[in-house]
Amino acid sequence: MTVTSNPVIRETPRQGISGRRTWFGRVIGEQPIGGALVAPYVVFLLAVFAYPLGFAVYISFHDYFFAAPGAIVERPFVAFDNYVAVLSDAAVRRAFGNVLVFLLINGPLTVVLSLVLANALNAAIRWRTFFRVSYYVPYVTASVAVVGVWLFLFNSDGLVNAVLGPVAPDPSWLVNSKLAMPTVAIYVTWKQLGFFILLYLAALQNVSRDLYEAAAMDGAGRFQSFWNVTVPGVRPATTLVVLLATVTGANLFTEPYLLTGGGGPDGASASPVLIMYQRGIEQGNPDVGAAIGILLVIGVLILALIERRFVGRED
Amino acid sequence: MRRTIATAALAVMLTAAAGCGGAAPGPDAQARGEITVWYSNNLEEVAWGKQMVAAWNAEHADQKISAQEIPTGKSSEEVIGAAITAGNAPCLIFNTSPASISQFQKQGGLVPLDTFSDGTSYLEGRSGDVAEQYKSSDGKYYQLPWKSNPVMIFYNKKAFAKAGIDPTNPPLRTDDEFLATVRKVVAAKGAQYAILPAPSNEFYQSWFDFYPLFAAETGGSQLVADGKAQFAGDAGRKVAQFWRTLYAENLAGKERYTGDAFADGKAAMAIVGPWAISVYKGKVDWGVVPVPTSSGRPANQIHTFSDAKNVAMYSACKNRGTAWDVLKFATSKEQDGKFLQLTGQMPLRKDVASAYPDYFAKNPDYKTFADQAARTVEVPNVQDSITIWQTFRDAYSKSVIFGRQDPGTALEEAARRVDQLASES
Repeated sequence: MTVTSNPVIRETPRQGISGRRTWFGRVIGEQPIGGALVAPYVVFLLAVFAYPLGFAVYISFHDYFFAAPGAIVERPFVAFDNYVAVLSDAAVRRAFGNVLVFLLINGPLTVVLSLVLANALNAAIRWRTFFRVSYYVPYVTASVAVVGVWLFLFNSDGLVNAVLGPVAPDPSWLVNSKLAMPTVAIYVTWKQLGFFILLYLAALQNVSRDLYEAAAMDGAGRFQSFWNVTVPGVRPATTLVVLLATVTGANLFTEPYLLTGGGGPDGASASPVLIMYQRGIEQGNPDVGAAIGILLVIGVLILALIERRFVGRED
Repeated sequence: MRRTIATAALAVMLTAAAGCGGAAPGPDAQARGEITVWYSNNLEEVAWGKQMVAAWNAEHADQKISAQEIPTGKSSEEVIGAAITAGNAPCLIFNTSPASISQFQKQGGLVPLDTFSDGTSYLEGRSGDVAEQYKSSDGKYYQLPWKSNPVMIFYNKKAFAKAGIDPTNPPLRTDDEFLATVRKVVAAKGAQYAILPAPSNEFYQSWFDFYPLFAAETGGSQLVADGKAQFAGDAGRKVAQFWRTLYAENLAGKERYTGDAFADGKAAMAIVGPWAISVYKGKVDWGVVPVPTSSGRPANQIHTFSDAKNVAMYSACKNRGTAWDVLKFATSKEQDGKFLQLTGQMPLRKDVASAYPDYFAKNPDYKTFADQAARTVEVPNVQDSITIWQTFRDAYSKSVIFGRQDPGTALEEAARRVDQLASES
């Protein structure tokens, strides 16, 4: 009987090497070419994300407004005054509430619809390419153009109410304080669906055929295969879809701005970004706008952590 | 060490200077050379702007104007605000909104026109008493009142005739007459709605529903005067109730309409200025009346919202002497006449109705607006002007358009907030 053992691969102790490296070597790292290739993106991140975010934090703690170069202005430190102003503003609180409603509708709807449709489009069905393109078209069409169509569909004399007849809501969808935000959420779900279907289609290519065959041999039906093989198999994509849908929802602006006429009716579809635009840009209070933005970033991070905890957990 | 102390001393001096506030000293008001100007992007104003620039450049080879339309953005004001911050605003913008002046002024982006020796005399001489409304809270003029679009009620004669109403002299003077008339028009299916001002929530939408009627009802009061909101009084309540009745009875629409409701026959009336005459030509057989009041004031006593746009000089301008000369040239009697001819909008001159007799003889439709131009009310020139308008709009939208609160209570609550904003500035 021959006993074999796996060869032990020992890593070279890093301690010894780094101890002999110069400061320049430490700066450029062990993979200088890799570092050089990554550097442009790091610079991009610092310039386009990190610096503006840091500056927004700075602005939110000062009595800040934009001024002409050379103008001498006072911008005193005001600690948490802007945050207090934001949190005591009923319109801001309502906007955060609205976006939660939006996310509760948009998130699950996006995941379910895009996964089911991707699964269907992944199968050998007729007109597959046509359907794939059809679902993707709204995503690449400018919101301004699509909003016009939805206004015609959902106004009181529109097609949807004509079909619904006596059960059509009154006031109509976009001027109904209970239905305006759900309508916006459904609109955004429909518009973004093509992109998320694409993500799931890519993820589905990585689910092994063997697993479906094994499930079939064990007597699993279509639904059981979908539930026990497909859903767990695309979990990393689901994490990404949920996260991206959350970020998209948190950045909601165009739809309440155009579809519901500036967050109407009576603020029922106002989003934090819309309020941020009103306060920060239109009304010339970037300090208040920055405070809303920072609170939004914190909110999104918390939601992302929760989602990662529940959706992205390892089995 | 010595260098550190010197640097610290300089920093202390700069900090002390910053603490004093105020704008940095600008270039010489006499400096001359090339300048840049922006104008609006509507076709008529572009045509006027091009001929004005060509006329100036033909005579001033050493002080040429480079002109362009205001770059596109969500609004002109947003673009101008960004240009001020970036330091690349042009010398003059021929489309500066009076509502944004206080904000631009706070940014240090404007040149007070009183800086020029003949600044005040020229401005007041051209516009007369109306100029007073454009003075800032520090007593200076940061804008030259340029042109107005006094808002009146256009009505569709065919829709009125269909309801059996005399289309040449419809009863629209009092609020009650107005309501009775439009009920008949809608009942006779002259149009789906009596009137359809944008029911959306942008801060400026109240300029085209509440404010013209408020100006008329009060005999020319602004939304805010002497640091106090004026809209929660008896006149404001009457106007709010008038509009509430229109919305409650579905005579005015609560939904946005993406086209032109008046031109498309969706609404029997529109509340707009003289720019609309050329737009409706050949599309609607229209008549025009002043906005109604509760007591039915005579037409020659009716005030309305000006919907004015002005010219401001921006602090990034180096050759301010030239810019001032261009400003006077562009608002001269001759250029104002060309502006009137090309755009149909009213130059903010004290004598506009009598200054261009030939034009008004040939274009009698515009004469009504020229007469109305003598009685216009501007948005109040106060700090936080846009915040004040948004506060008002939110309350108006909630109570008057959507009926979720009593209009009187909503206006009172908004007035308290506006008083607070006005006292903080």
